[in-house]
Amino acid sequence: MKYICLGYMNEEVWETLSESERQTFMDECFGYDDELRQNGHYAGGEGLQEARNAATLRWRSGRVSVTDGPFAESKEQIGGIMILEATDLNHAIRLLSKHPSLRLGRGANSWEIRPAFDLTGFIEDSKRRRE
Amino acid sequence: MPNTPEHIPQLVGEIYRARSRSVFATLIRLLKDFDLAEDAMHDAFKAALEQWGEKGIPSNPLAWLVSAGRFKAIDRIRRESKFDSLEEQRNWQTEAASPDASGLIDKAIEDDMLRLIFTCCHPALSLDARTAMTMREVCDLTTEAIASAFLVTASTMAQRIVRAKAKIREAKIPFEVPMEHELPDRLAAVLQVIYLVFNEGYYTSSGESVTRVDLSSEAIRLARLLHVLLPDSEVTGLLGLMLLHESRRPARTSSKGNIILLEDQDRSLWDRYMIEEGLTLVKRAFSSKPPGPYTLQAAIAALHAEAARPEATDWAQITSLYSRLLRINPSPVIELNRAIAIAMHKGPEAGLQQIDAILERGDLDDYHLAHSARAELCRKLGRTNQARASWERALALSQQDPERRFIQRKLSELGS
Repeated sequence: MKYICLGYMNEEVWETLSESERQTFMDECFGYDDELRQNGHYAGGEGLQEARNAATLRWRSGRVSVTDGPFAESKEQIGGIMILEATDLNHAIRLLSKHPSLRLGRGANSWEIRPAFDLTGFIEDSKRRRE
Repeated sequence: MPNTPEHIPQLVGEIYRARSRSVFATLIRLLKDFDLAEDAMHDAFKAALEQWGEKGIPSNPLAWLVSAGRFKAIDRIRRESKFDSLEEQRNWQTEAASPDASGLIDKAIEDDMLRLIFTCCHPALSLDARTAMTMREVCDLTTEAIASAFLVTASTMAQRIVRAKAKIREAKIPFEVPMEHELPDRLAAVLQVIYLVFNEGYYTSSGESVTRVDLSSEAIRLARLLHVLLPDSEVTGLLGLMLLHESRRPARTSSKGNIILLEDQDRSLWDRYMIEEGLTLVKRAFSSKPPGPYTLQAAIAALHAEAARPEATDWAQITSLYSRLLRINPSPVIELNRAIAIAMHKGPEAGLQQIDAILERGDLDDYHLAHSARAELCRKLGRTNQARASWERALALSQQDPERRFIQRKLSELGS
């Protein structure tokens, strides 16, 4: 089963890390990502640019309106997402507990694990309607 | 055992009372669904009532019940892909026909009970949800009984349980005992639920409603079960702690339901048997590995229990235990308790300084017991005005009637 992991980070805390601490952080994180890949647990992932570079689309007055990033100015932002292939929630927790970002992030990094929603049924129903 | 049909209902009833939750736990593992397992368990006991008289009592009744329950469940919804192989069914059928000489079946069923406890207390569930699930699925209380014990409506409680079960199913929280290196944290989540249930019963029982479930007894029963399944020192410590608290229950309120403080309690009312058992458990818990938070709290309760008179209490030792507890579990409430111990040991002035330091930080400003403690120390020091101000603050923050009556009594004793 797939678990989508949302990695939150606090930019203010990140700023306090020294250059060598940042290098260690990244080396260990990317090293662990490789380990997950080799064991077949890594089913995708991306780092995210800052929220200020985002665009938000909504339906307003009969057309799509585009505005700048999320309005909620929270110190914690999603810095990356990762998709884990795991047998169950405990397995996903076990895999992510070892992620070095938790240990090396001065307590400011957190991961939210969201079980993937299986859309297969909806998609099949929809296909039948569209045929 | 007499094998006549007249004895069957009694026998089945006895097995139901003692082991139905174990059969249920094993059925959850096999069927991977709480609700299906609940129905299957009841079907199995019904089948036992109908069939044992005629066909005879199976050599291994528990394995028979598991086998029958599983069969009934499969019967209920045929052709669902989520079942294990037929082989598992055959294994249980074979086990049912042979006595459990090696105790392996009993061990397997005990392990399932432990799996059930850890699943219901999974840290991905909120504390409320964990508590509700544990009371419902492990302790087998009805949703209505749990709701009334926790003072919420039955529909709120039912919804809490339904949502927790859905989360277990949808997020795929597995039915398993945590691995060795995860055990301390996972066990802490279980013990937290048990102690919460105990305290809910201990501090809110007003004796007004006889229909309310006795949560303190449920918590102790649950801790005893866990202690058999997983004799970790913190489980031992928590069981000891609860027994020592429970031993004082007859002395802690007056016949009118008024609170009686520890130092004013009639110690001859304390339950000696519970104290004996509690002290033995605390000693055992304390002797293995560095004591955890429940064991330290239990050791403090033990020192109170061992004092024949309030003046005989070893406050120096209690203060040092609170200091150890603070080191592993920093919390202003523990700091407050240590301040009270210091007041008893070194005098009210020393304790008051500590309490004022905590209150100045703002940590316990909304906690009525901090103001009550301050008021009592001020009274002892003859600072009547300060004492009155603190009692009034405590009264404004206090929620429960017995507490409010207690504070009002203290206020009137101060005079005007």
